[in-house]
Amino acid sequence: MPPTTVQLFATCLIETLRPSAGMAVVRVLEGLGLTVEYPDGQTCCGQPAFNGGAWEDARAMARHTLDVLSRSPAPIVIPSGSCADMIVHHYPELFADDPKYGPLARDIASRTYEFSQFIVEVMGVSDLGARFAGKIVYHPSCHLLRGLGVDDAPRKLLARVNGLEVADLPGAHECCGFGGLFAVKMSDISGAMLDRKLQNVESAGAQTVVGCDVSCLLHIGGGLRRRGAKVETKHIAELLASDERGAMNDE
Amino acid sequence: MSSPFHSRVAGALVDDNLHIALNRVTSRFTTLRLNALASLPHADSVRDRARAIRAHTLSRLDIYLAQFADSVEAAGGRVHWAADAHAANRIVAEIAKAARARTVVKGKSMVSEETHLNPALEAEGITVVESDLGEYIIQLAGETPSHIIAPAVHKTKEQVGQLFHEKLGIPLTHDPALLTAAARAKLREVFLTADMGISGVNFGVAETGTICIVTNEGNGRLTTSTPRVHVAMMGIERLVPTLDDLSAMLQVLARSATGQKLSVYTSLITGPRRRRPSKQSEGGPGEPDGPDELHVVLVDNGRSRVLGTRLAEILYCIRCGACLNICPVYQQIGGHAYGSVYPGPVGAVLTPALEGVEPWPELPQASTLCGACRDVCPVRIDIPRMLLELRDAGHRAGQTPAWLKLFLPLYQLAATQPALFNFGAAAARWITRALSSNGWLKRLPPPLSGWTDHRDFPAFAAQPFSAQFKNHHKGAKTQRNTKDSS
Repeated sequence: MPPTTVQLFATCLIETLRPSAGMAVVRVLEGLGLTVEYPDGQTCCGQPAFNGGAWEDARAMARHTLDVLSRSPAPIVIPSGSCADMIVHHYPELFADDPKYGPLARDIASRTYEFSQFIVEVMGVSDLGARFAGKIVYHPSCHLLRGLGVDDAPRKLLARVNGLEVADLPGAHECCGFGGLFAVKMSDISGAMLDRKLQNVESAGAQTVVGCDVSCLLHIGGGLRRRGAKVETKHIAELLASDERGAMNDE
Repeated sequence: MSSPFHSRVAGALVDDNLHIALNRVTSRFTTLRLNALASLPHADSVRDRARAIRAHTLSRLDIYLAQFADSVEAAGGRVHWAADAHAANRIVAEIAKAARARTVVKGKSMVSEETHLNPALEAEGITVVESDLGEYIIQLAGETPSHIIAPAVHKTKEQVGQLFHEKLGIPLTHDPALLTAAARAKLREVFLTADMGISGVNFGVAETGTICIVTNEGNGRLTTSTPRVHVAMMGIERLVPTLDDLSAMLQVLARSATGQKLSVYTSLITGPRRRRPSKQSEGGPGEPDGPDELHVVLVDNGRSRVLGTRLAEILYCIRCGACLNICPVYQQIGGHAYGSVYPGPVGAVLTPALEGVEPWPELPQASTLCGACRDVCPVRIDIPRMLLELRDAGHRAGQTPAWLKLFLPLYQLAATQPALFNFGAAAARWITRALSSNGWLKRLPPPLSGWTDHRDFPAFAAQPFSAQFKNHHKGAKTQRNTKDSS
């Protein structure tokens, strides 16, 4: 039996920088008849601290997030492969020896899904009746692709969008160079990696780069903007929530 | 930000020849690897088996080392134990002295790079000539390897042509066949006159005392069979229990490294030349060739300290180099920028594992944690996990930059106090919107200038998601809020 209620962990980047992607997620989930809970008090999953080596800080943030998410028994949907990977794989590692948060982390991890993964693998849906006229490329973000092992789900969803042409992205599986604080600490290497990604995006001749992680999209989008490229970025939910007129109907 | 590491990186990023060379080789290796693995039936289970063999061997390394040493000696070889690099170099120098060796020919050996063997031998008046073509090139150029299987990968054929023209006095050419022939002619002389050969070891087989060396140039065979004395240097972790296990490792090694099903030469060496038949029944005059002496130098140099720690998995490494070829950071900066003997993802873990985190603060940071290295590793080493472990260790050792140290407690407080989080987000929204034009910022102050050096940064949204979600649900019959259920 597919669930009837989900909890949405929106992520701090969607909360602050790209709320439109979050609203698109809500519309897609509600369109499937799901009740969407938004657990109050959610902030950041703590991944930047964890990746920065500040594991005690990361644990404090993870405890907070686990408290927030454990108030409801509903599965958790996260519109980010990276944050989902943090909760699914790294929370249980951070609390491996913790008598209270260890079991909690394993419970939450067992019912946490990235957005596209949830729709295809849990809800068993790939055709959402979306319509979007245009040529896009799909950028598989690293933590979604190699962390969670999710690649088919977003591609299936995109394949069923009416009017959509998905062009091949050369070097699609290569990292865009974001890497969280890496983009600041090792900004020159990150910038060189981004250049390669942007050259590939431009060579594909698409109008839009689509992904499942706002973080990578901000990085790619900021690079496209700096180049003056006319290519835009969209979270996959923003495409899937597009209606017959090719526009999102809730804004 | 201007550490030696960062200056090396800055130099590498603007080195056009480096990028031409790296692109040629890494993309070719990556494609060949995929094809070669596709040709291996049940590749995933072979990789699982290879990993299981490495894990098993390391879990009983003391036992297998003892068995290996006994087997080597039983086959007529001599085993030497080197606790560190200095001891390893001294042992090799003394073997050379005892053999009155003046010229030594070397096969490719990363462990000898690790111990800096060549300068140690040269200080004793011994001439050392590298016989692997890539190693020969960088020895002529006075450089170090930038890749664990393709040491001269950072050089274009045009650069090699120039180098050979200058150092060997041959006419200027960029033709790889002509360049290889020139090196071959020079090396042939060395092989025939060298008193001693030094090789690395790809695998030692505990049950038989066999050492396995794979090469593509045949230099491994000449190095180990022509001179009077053969010295094989190996890290203590490079063992497999049986010949059957060796076959599993060989199935994945060349495929992962160069995309070959098997390297051109796979040599199995058990003991030195036997003057008399090993078994009575065999009769005959004994073996026609081979060295009079075989010495196996087992080098610890920090490895035993890594066993049993959360970094022990890095000792599973079979030195195929696949993680270097696939790594988007390595592809941009090459091997020398890392500054360590072992570059790339494996080097970023192995180096601080062997030498401690203090001398190597940047290596674990030089990764986006994209996971490509873990995916291609023939023995499925979880390199990103260990990079994270090392970042944790580095943070605890005080290596986090000052600005981040200041920021972390605030970030932690905000992320655990939603009211403070919302306040901080509101402040950032106000500032970024005030400073942005058309929704983007072109410049941020340090340290965030690292971001805006290469890309624009978006202003925060006018209304955060949580507020939009609440508006969306206004007017809906039921207020779905987890407050009710908490």
